[in-house]
Amino acid sequence: MAVVTRRSRAGRLPNPTPRSALVPIGASLVLAALVLAGCSGGQGGYQYNWDILWDSLFGLNQRIMAGLFLTVVISVISQVIGVVLGVFAAIGRLSRHRSLRSIAGVYIWIFRGTPLLVQLAFVFYGLGVAGIYKWPDLVFGPLTILGAVQAGIFTLGINEGAYMAEIVRAGIISIDPGQMEAAKSLGMTYGKAMRRIVLPQAARVIVPPLGNEFNNMLKTTSLLVIIAVPELFVTFENLNGSGPTSFHPIELFLAAAIWYLLLTTIWSFIQGIIERRLAKGAPGAAGAGPSFRERMFGLRSGGPEDVSLVSGGR
Amino acid sequence: MTGPETDATRGGEGVVQPEAASLEEPAVTDSTGEPLELGEDILAVIGGPAADVREVVVEAADIHKFFGRNEVLKGVSMTVKRQEVVVVIGPSGSGKTTFIRCINHLEKIQRGRIMVNGHLIGYRETNGRLVEDKEKNIAQQRREIGMVFQRFNLFPHKTALENVIEAPVQVRGQKEAEAKAVGMALLTRVGLAQKADAYPAQLSGGQQQRVAIARALAMKPALMLFDEPTSALDPEMIGEVLEVMKELAREGMTMIVVSHEMGFAREVADRIVMMDDGLIVEEGTPEHFFTNPTHERTKSFLSKIL
Repeated sequence: MAVVTRRSRAGRLPNPTPRSALVPIGASLVLAALVLAGCSGGQGGYQYNWDILWDSLFGLNQRIMAGLFLTVVISVISQVIGVVLGVFAAIGRLSRHRSLRSIAGVYIWIFRGTPLLVQLAFVFYGLGVAGIYKWPDLVFGPLTILGAVQAGIFTLGINEGAYMAEIVRAGIISIDPGQMEAAKSLGMTYGKAMRRIVLPQAARVIVPPLGNEFNNMLKTTSLLVIIAVPELFVTFENLNGSGPTSFHPIELFLAAAIWYLLLTTIWSFIQGIIERRLAKGAPGAAGAGPSFRERMFGLRSGGPEDVSLVSGGR
Repeated sequence: MTGPETDATRGGEGVVQPEAASLEEPAVTDSTGEPLELGEDILAVIGGPAADVREVVVEAADIHKFFGRNEVLKGVSMTVKRQEVVVVIGPSGSGKTTFIRCINHLEKIQRGRIMVNGHLIGYRETNGRLVEDKEKNIAQQRREIGMVFQRFNLFPHKTALENVIEAPVQVRGQKEAEAKAVGMALLTRVGLAQKADAYPAQLSGGQQQRVAIARALAMKPALMLFDEPTSALDPEMIGEVLEVMKELAREGMTMIVVSHEMGFAREVADRIVMMDDGLIVEEGTPEHFFTNPTHERTKSFLSKIL
């Protein structure tokens, strides 16, 4: 009994002082101010127009919003495809059947071994030109899904699956084989034991690197520039290329960077929530998982170690 | 093997026996220091010990098992009758754990056959040859065989109660409410009603093992296998687990127990089986083992552990 109450008190890291949280934010603001001050002089013939930056960030520009939306949608769908493929490929690699092992192995080998850019060009232009698949636009009532978007999601998803396969495999083999045996001894089939017992536990191991992957995915979508998908980066590229904002790369790409930073920051926040939910039942579970602040800035208060009363014999 | 005198000492179904032994022994406590309160009639919760169970529960004939080229079982045969308790002893590496893992097909066998409650385990006969059965059928066969592991193997992401109801709901398709009622009754009988919502990491080893026993019982098995259930426990927690196992034995559960707990064997075993080097070298009643073991290996082994 004493164990439980002690855990719940000791499980949470002590609250950080508010001041320490402000340090990195303050530092970055000062840095930004210095950069802007240095730039606004307009030396070298470049005409700064900071309204373009503010407009791009706060002006709710329709093209930018559309690009942002497309980036998020492509990232999420591609990542979901990647996770599903990754789970199957991981289970394939761990299979007792040699044929399944080699199919999964070849898939991972090819898609991790070649550049994503080449894969994108091959899938969209290569398959299209050869007439194998021409990626026609799909029209669902008012909604049109561009062929390039389909090709982008397809390729990103398959590419991601190869990376996720290794992450999921690492998660699965980190689980004590006794768990599978216990599940089987209770009459579960391999599939059910995987789904109900092994994968939920492996998820705890999988989510931190999965978070990395999705963070990457949000930014990697900018490679879709090569097949002209109008996502966030391409939108800014176009704004820089023509129209009233043409040739303002500093303001525009700074705005693009800030938008990406916002996306990855929001994701860090979501990942923290997921990790805390998955910590259920784990040793030191009460407040497990780094907080948003710790994840963002790598700060960890040097409080007392979470007393691990649970692992090992008492 | 079940002589009349052993039946009498274990009591028939429904007969509650006064515990003569517990008067001499110190009271068994829970690892929290509180007295362990076990409910009577653990098996009543799951419909009695002998529902739908045949006279001969286990029939293992000439089991051979290889790990690579290493033969770890060299022709083991064993018959276990309904409500019989068999304790398997032997030095490490003698194959005793491997043998009981073969009984629910956690290990494949290379020769011989194992029948449990009338079903051929793990294999089906095709043109006189034994072929490994479909996974689905093997899973079906395992429902009848409860297993308790040395390292408990509770599901750490589920509470004690969730551990107990997982298989009844997921495998037997029981309604969750019904499974919960049975699960709570089982946890109460093993003295863990207050721990139903605790995660395994919040339980002591002894408590975890008792949850594991409840989890296995929830599937209403015809047979329980215990693979060194107390070897991973601190000494002060062994008693609480053995107490639950003794209660099960008294109530007539058919059990095969790999264990070196000779006190347990003396009290509840109908038969002790001594294995060495992949073979059964001697078997007999506890009296036989404690008074005049015949085989040299048995004598030297017992002299080391007693």
